[in-house]
Amino acid sequence: MYSENLKKTPLNAEHRELGGKMVDFGGWDMPVQYSAGVIEEHMATRTRAGLFDVSHMGEIWAEGPDAIEFVNRLTTNDVTKLVDGQAHYSALTNDLGGVVDDLLVYRFGQERLLLVVNAATTDKDWEWIASHKADENVALRNASADYCQIAVQGPDALGILQGLTETELDSIKYYHFATGSVDGVESIISRTGYTGEDGFEVYASPEFAVHLWNKLLKTGNYGQENGILPAGLAARNTLRLEAGMSLYGHELSDSITPYEANLGWITKLQKGDFTGSEELEKQKEEGLKRKLIGFEMKDRGIARDDQAVYVDGEKVGYVTSGSPAPYLKKNIGFALLPVEFANIGQEITIDVRGKHLIAEVVPTPFYKRQK
Amino acid sequence: MSNIPENLRYSKDHEWVKVDGETATIGITDYAQNSLGDVVYVDMPRVGDAFETHEAFGSVESVKAVSEIFTPLAGEVSEVNSGLNDTPESVNSDPYGTGWMIKIKMKNPGEADAMLSAVEYEEYLTTVS
Repeated sequence: MYSENLKKTPLNAEHRELGGKMVDFGGWDMPVQYSAGVIEEHMATRTRAGLFDVSHMGEIWAEGPDAIEFVNRLTTNDVTKLVDGQAHYSALTNDLGGVVDDLLVYRFGQERLLLVVNAATTDKDWEWIASHKADENVALRNASADYCQIAVQGPDALGILQGLTETELDSIKYYHFATGSVDGVESIISRTGYTGEDGFEVYASPEFAVHLWNKLLKTGNYGQENGILPAGLAARNTLRLEAGMSLYGHELSDSITPYEANLGWITKLQKGDFTGSEELEKQKEEGLKRKLIGFEMKDRGIARDDQAVYVDGEKVGYVTSGSPAPYLKKNIGFALLPVEFANIGQEITIDVRGKHLIAEVVPTPFYKRQK
Repeated sequence: MSNIPENLRYSKDHEWVKVDGETATIGITDYAQNSLGDVVYVDMPRVGDAFETHEAFGSVESVKAVSEIFTPLAGEVSEVNSGLNDTPESVNSDPYGTGWMIKIKMKNPGEADAMLSAVEYEEYLTTVS
């Protein structure tokens, strides 16, 4: 079976039992969808709750007196502003200011930071971070194999998870976390997610993955009409796209800077030097040449990744992510365009397999949940 | 288990055909719609377009992918199911009924006889899954 060479999370058998259609995602054998299908999984997450296996993500510890200083010099966001129990979205940048990966940085303590990175880039990020250590007093550890991670997302997420823990979930603010017990399992409970809905990401030791997963399905009334649904990679992608979130390898890459990707808000040049900050300073001063925009299809049809974008008959850029948006019932996407065309209302055409279809630049996020 | 109506003919590309005199109605099978997942868009030809056997006459899009559809019979398009513009999901829910895609006036009546019967298609499916 082709899947023999792929890495598997502890939930692999569960995915298959739930009707998961398995695919190779960055070297991992993961479900692209389950028996309900992408659209139902997407809609369940927006209206009730979706359950996601994100155990393939990477976890890197940076511990020691110099942990904050060390991580602060490798990332764009300001680690010194974090308090215990708080996390922030950030980017690892290379010497040219391009993005090595986007990540979450969690502050457990003054000398304890946890970096959570993308699955497909974990090894690359580890090499990058470890190779940048000189004589700082920081111990680095790639602890990816020590964690499973399960995300519960949607308006019902808090209620479902609360049924399994004494930790008062309501008091964990967005982008904050707590350590606690979920159905008797020691866990990190983080109020974060990649869907645009309220929800939590639970980190625990891998041997408890199956237990937690099944308990969450049960508590969430999986199988009942208004129950939780397990959601695969396809729904994960349509959800994050609607919510205006970037995906590494598409909106972000080694050759795309945070400014070009509308991540100026996590780029704190005033904190001091970090890898690539000099180049980013220059880019900020000189102004951007190209920028990420969100678009909505006006002609019938769906734009897809890597398709060419035209303005007035001239090829000017390309689609970084293109897909249907199940909740909005539109076809949307992101594209990287020259700044002069990166304005709301700009009409563009996209070469969709030979047909030039009209689209329009629109504000992002495409979807924002009601608080 | 795949649904495979007895009264239709099938192709190895997972299309079905219903012959009615000189006209053939074409769509994709239950197996095909299940493999594709939720259909969100169907790109169809126009009435009057002509196709040779095995030529791609359109495409079916799911959330993640685009799949071309091939006509198992040569002919000229006489009707197109424009209902699929509004409800592409009919391809999933009713692939042999409201999910039909085009009707063609066959160039070679009798060409459908060479297609697979329901039993033959069912047997064929055991070799592909």
